[in-house]
Amino acid sequence: MTAYEKVAAARAKDRFTSVDFIHLIFSDFTEMHGDRRFGDDPAVVSGIARLDTLCVTVIGIEKGKTVKEKAERNFGSVHPEGYRKALRQMKLAEKFKRPVICFVDTSGAYCGIGAEERGQGQAIAENLMEMMTLKIPVISILIGEGGSGGALALAVADEVWMLENAIYSVISPEGCASILWKDSNKVKEASACLKMTAEDLYALGVIEKIIPENKDLFANIKKELMVVLAKYKACCTEELAQKRYMRFRRIGDFYD
Amino acid sequence: MIFKKPSNALEGHTRIEIKTISEEMEVSFSCPKCKKRIGGNELRENMHICPYCRYHFRIHARQRIDMICDENTFTETDKTLVSKNILHFPEYDNKLKTAMLESAEKDGVVCGICEIDKNKTALFVMEPFFMMGSMGSVVGEKITRLFEMAVSEHLPVVGFTVSGGARMQEGIISLMQMAKTSGAVKRHSDAGNLYVCVLTDPTTGGVTASFAMEGDIILAEPGALIGFAGPRVIEQTIHKKLPEEFQKAEFLLKKGFVDDIVDRRRQKGYIAKILNMHNRGAGYDCL
Repeated sequence: MTAYEKVAAARAKDRFTSVDFIHLIFSDFTEMHGDRRFGDDPAVVSGIARLDTLCVTVIGIEKGKTVKEKAERNFGSVHPEGYRKALRQMKLAEKFKRPVICFVDTSGAYCGIGAEERGQGQAIAENLMEMMTLKIPVISILIGEGGSGGALALAVADEVWMLENAIYSVISPEGCASILWKDSNKVKEASACLKMTAEDLYALGVIEKIIPENKDLFANIKKELMVVLAKYKACCTEELAQKRYMRFRRIGDFYD
Repeated sequence: MIFKKPSNALEGHTRIEIKTISEEMEVSFSCPKCKKRIGGNELRENMHICPYCRYHFRIHARQRIDMICDENTFTETDKTLVSKNILHFPEYDNKLKTAMLESAEKDGVVCGICEIDKNKTALFVMEPFFMMGSMGSVVGEKITRLFEMAVSEHLPVVGFTVSGGARMQEGIISLMQMAKTSGAVKRHSDAGNLYVCVLTDPTTGGVTASFAMEGDIILAEPGALIGFAGPRVIEQTIHKKLPEEFQKAEFLLKKGFVDDIVDRRRQKGYIAKILNMHNRGAGYDCL
């Protein structure tokens, strides 16, 4: 598949969404709402659940299924309160020593008046900072679109995995094409330039795992999560945060 | 030498001719806000602020360093770092060359150690005339190294941001610099050190969503555009015209996202006062 075909697949209307993963991988999912500051963002679904017997915190960016639900969930474009709700859940996870699993699927953090008034940039920045030193393991899985800072705000993790047709980029291919060629129709070219597919990101050392999209998808993720969380159970918490910092610290290339 | 207008000047400024002041020429400039003519010398003596309407002209990192540091105390760090076209992105090599000529800098940030009213301080100043201070690997690495150095030397960090956001030409690697710098700020903060950030026009995108909004104390220059999404993107999303004051420093102050708005002429004194009040022994730190 070309990069652009992957973009189309990642955005396909009938593609699975975060709630599918939450319900098919975990049991006893109990949703928790609200950021305790302003409101509850329906674009983020969060709560506690069990992965087999282990209690975990699950957070997903949800685009919605039906037209009505998509509108209610703002098509998975998160407002600041969504990021703050997620952070609140992560802090609770840290307190009760539960691992955190994030499912990321967003075209980007919402660009609107309310989002700016309530500090979209500050909300994302705070998540990046706080996630970096969480004393519990965090696994983020990009299941569809990984749109820039809005996706990263739930992906400062010990391991970042991507589904084979998911994408992850600093800018949308449309945005890139319009800046680069003043022509938003050159999306195909832009998709290739941005190196946004799972293979590209694996090659760049930005993600740890590519998950094949086959019939065993959910069972596989469950199995992989159990293996990796068993491994992290033995890790000392300080060491975990140190390794997470080093994971991001090494990314970047330049002449010196 | 006259510096050219950056090709990617942010929204609201694209129609305005932005010129920086050169030392050799005595020319006059038209204020982008009130359109009045101002003599080069007059502007320079007024710290590049319009004497009529207080518009703060965009200035080079080096000019800011001269304004904020005690005389001859600035020592630059990591000055050899140069960007690499990691993704073989079209036109990036040329863009970098042009940016170097336009800014006379190697990349979008200048870092170092200085003294501000005799307080030893780690300082970073972003450069608007280098691809509008966009953050790629070099900016991310230099900021990260500065904060790491400040942790080991127990220094406060003072930073001036001006940025269009993450640098598209380095793709996902640019995005990762947001996490990397945020991690470095967090470790600096957890070690009990002070970070004062001054947001200048414009501070947007990935820089707003990382180290610009992570200061213990966040100041802004009057009239500076500060936001996550640029105004044009928001207008395209919501199909509405935005009010004039939206995303300006004064708007952020009202909404609770900056501590104060500080005129460029007051900045050194203001920051010196803050640094003095955070010195060892200033509070109860004998406990």
